[in-house]
Amino acid sequence: MILEIRDIIKYFDGFCALMNVELEVEENRLHAIIGPNGAGKTTLFNLISGIYDVSEGQIAFRKKPINGLKPHQRAELGISRTFQIVRLFGHMSVLENVMLGSHCKTKTGLLKTLFRVSLRELEEEKTTRENAMRWLEFVGIAHKADQIAVNLPHAEQRLVEIARALNQDPDLLLFDEPAAGMNPKETLDLESLIIKINQMGKTVLLIEHNMDLVMEISHVISVLNFGAKIAEGKPSEIQENPVVIEAYLGRKR
Amino acid sequence: MDYLISVITLAGIHIIMALSFYLPFMTGQISIGQAGFMSIGAYASAVCTAKFGLPYVPAVLIGGMCAAIVGFILGIPALRIKGIYLLLLTLGFGEIVRVVFINIDYIGAAAGFPGIPYQEHTLLYAYGTVLIFIVLFNRLRKSRMGRALQAVGSDEDTAEVIGVNITAVKLIAFSSGAFIAGIGGGIFAHYQEYIEPLMFDVMHSVEFLVFTIFGGIQIFWGPIFGAFVLTLLPEFLRFIQEWRMELYGALLILMMIVRPQGIISLDSVQALEKAVRRLFGKNTAAVLSPDQTEGK
Amino acid sequence: MIFQQIINGLMLGATYSLVAIGYTLIFGVLGILHFAHGEVLMAGAFMGLYIIIWSGLPLYIALPLAMLATGILGVLIDLLAIRPLKKDFHLAPLLSTIGVTIILQNLAVKLFGGFGTRFPDALGTTNYQVGSFFISSVNVLILGISLFLMVGLYFFIAKTKIGKGMRAVSESHMIAGYLGVNVDWIVLITFGIASALAGAAGVMIGLSFHAISPFIGLTFALKGLVVMLLGGLGNVVGAMIGGLILGLAEVFSIVILPTEINLQDIFSFGIMILILIFKPTGLFGTRITQG
Repeated sequence: MILEIRDIIKYFDGFCALMNVELEVEENRLHAIIGPNGAGKTTLFNLISGIYDVSEGQIAFRKKPINGLKPHQRAELGISRTFQIVRLFGHMSVLENVMLGSHCKTKTGLLKTLFRVSLRELEEEKTTRENAMRWLEFVGIAHKADQIAVNLPHAEQRLVEIARALNQDPDLLLFDEPAAGMNPKETLDLESLIIKINQMGKTVLLIEHNMDLVMEISHVISVLNFGAKIAEGKPSEIQENPVVIEAYLGRKR
Repeated sequence: MDYLISVITLAGIHIIMALSFYLPFMTGQISIGQAGFMSIGAYASAVCTAKFGLPYVPAVLIGGMCAAIVGFILGIPALRIKGIYLLLLTLGFGEIVRVVFINIDYIGAAAGFPGIPYQEHTLLYAYGTVLIFIVLFNRLRKSRMGRALQAVGSDEDTAEVIGVNITAVKLIAFSSGAFIAGIGGGIFAHYQEYIEPLMFDVMHSVEFLVFTIFGGIQIFWGPIFGAFVLTLLPEFLRFIQEWRMELYGALLILMMIVRPQGIISLDSVQALEKAVRRLFGKNTAAVLSPDQTEGK
Repeated sequence: MIFQQIINGLMLGATYSLVAIGYTLIFGVLGILHFAHGEVLMAGAFMGLYIIIWSGLPLYIALPLAMLATGILGVLIDLLAIRPLKKDFHLAPLLSTIGVTIILQNLAVKLFGGFGTRFPDALGTTNYQVGSFFISSVNVLILGISLFLMVGLYFFIAKTKIGKGMRAVSESHMIAGYLGVNVDWIVLITFGIASALAGAAGVMIGLSFHAISPFIGLTFALKGLVVMLLGGLGNVVGAMIGGLILGLAEVFSIVILPTEINLQDIFSFGIMILILIFKPTGLFGTRITQG
């Protein structure tokens, strides 16, 4: 069990976003989280990333509680993430964005940078660059490495974000609606990319509204509605589940 | 001629001060208190030489260190404070330093601190320091820390999630900026031979901001350019002198309307580097920029 | 004695409220904290001063004139320094308003000198007796005018078409635009109103302190921004109440703190730092974002 979420409650100024949510994510799984808008899915991701603190409850990564840890510490542990709206550093190049992914795994600090004590710093920089290029090739946009990030079309920006997340060398990847804003071809490419990532041994937690995508590639699906988990199981089970259907479509007349 | 040298020397000191503003600015921390750090460096180094007989270079470095320490202390609350409130915090800091120095008799209080040993070769020391900072900033530019600084300035929340320790980065940037300002203050003090608290008021801090914003915010050459040009220009256009501050204000507004990235942009520097590469071959260009994959 | 202090506190607080309302209005429709707003107050104070000196007009004409002049200044600032800005650089408004501040403050020092200027006694000083306490005419005037302006503003925002436009723009520029609201025009009017209120505050400060200087701009900028922290960004009623609280707090701080140094401003500064460190969301209001 790579990620365990127990009894999470999250309040925002009196509004309850998540109520007693439990989640267990098995290692190497492709675990999807679905639910109508406002169900609390992104809030859940923000709690896992460390952007928010839980109001109550425990989150454990590889059996180790991570409740008080800051986001960059969680990144160091091996949790990486993409966002609902792409968050690249717009005025830096594609390559520089991806290179930033390995920040938490490298060590050259300010003094070592300024006063190059040994060749090690240059070596590390070279390795960082090579790793970043490798991931850019993996997602398929190495040819755009030197372009300024904000100039790329939306789907390619998403790929850069994924490459950056991969460069963190994570064990758990959180993808928040990665297919949003993509056309069918781009979505299919994304589908195979996510499967490839999962097959590399990485655990994937996926929020998505694209049901075809979710049903096609997930091992497990958890369904949230109004801040609570209402169903969990294999794609085929979820598709038949009346509670889930009702949540999406409203009460059957 | 002497006059020209003094103006160019002052420009060199201004370059250092603009760089002291630039470093925290890269992480999104806008400070209009750098003159305060400058005064700490100025007074500390002056005390070292005038009262304790220390030589110039160690004194100036001590001035820098004192400023850096205060910068670190101020940098801690500054972590949580952003935008206009950080502006107020740093402005308040600058004023508090000024008031404190006005009330310390040991360093002359409001009457000022005379008798600072004159450094004949200030021009050399000033531009030597600038050169050192150019090398250091350049090394920073294409490095892990450099990218982290830019990321924090661009979007610190995202930077934190992808693994950057934004607290450490911002604090380092802020106290390093203070250090640079302290060095500038030390060099300034031994050039003026006399300093008083009024020389380090908030309008001077604002000047350093204007130098940087005008010169260019995308790369360290911007503040260097801005400080140099805006220090020299009023000397050659006499009528500007009296309205210098008002014109700086207008310049700030104008830049925001017309060219917010400043005069020197990343593109201009990269284009220049390409040209140099073509003219002089790869080796010279490598000195300017350690980046290997450019020129595509 | 306490009663007197309370009156003083409310009077001071009322001017803070007027300033803070200006910040709040502009933040509401534009999402920026207008750094030069304090300088607008300062300009209003000087314009009021010279209107009174040159024209000899009574206060009840001079004050609206000063407010009008300050309002026009605010509109000019919007047209020249805010509206033309490119939208994609998020620091542009802050830096531009710093530019405005530099211009206004340095011009003021050139025109009026760096020391205080005596503000004419446009009122005479009659003292009214209430029970066993004294209230001066200055107190009455300031409290009365401030109250009038605040109540007037409240109803303006709540009931008039422009006021509704202001509320719509505060919610969302985009949606307000779709609904047919001329966003630029609303922003312009907001600047005008906010600046006029600051002008009123400036004149009243001159009346109560009997002197003004080019440097009061920054002081009141600080006070206004602290009130924003107390009352919540974009919250007009919060700004009103917050201003009164700050005024009272400052007046009573003089009682507690030693009086050798003028600690009032440091007091507000200290409050600002404490709030920002321990409760960055402000005491009552929304999360403070960039600038």
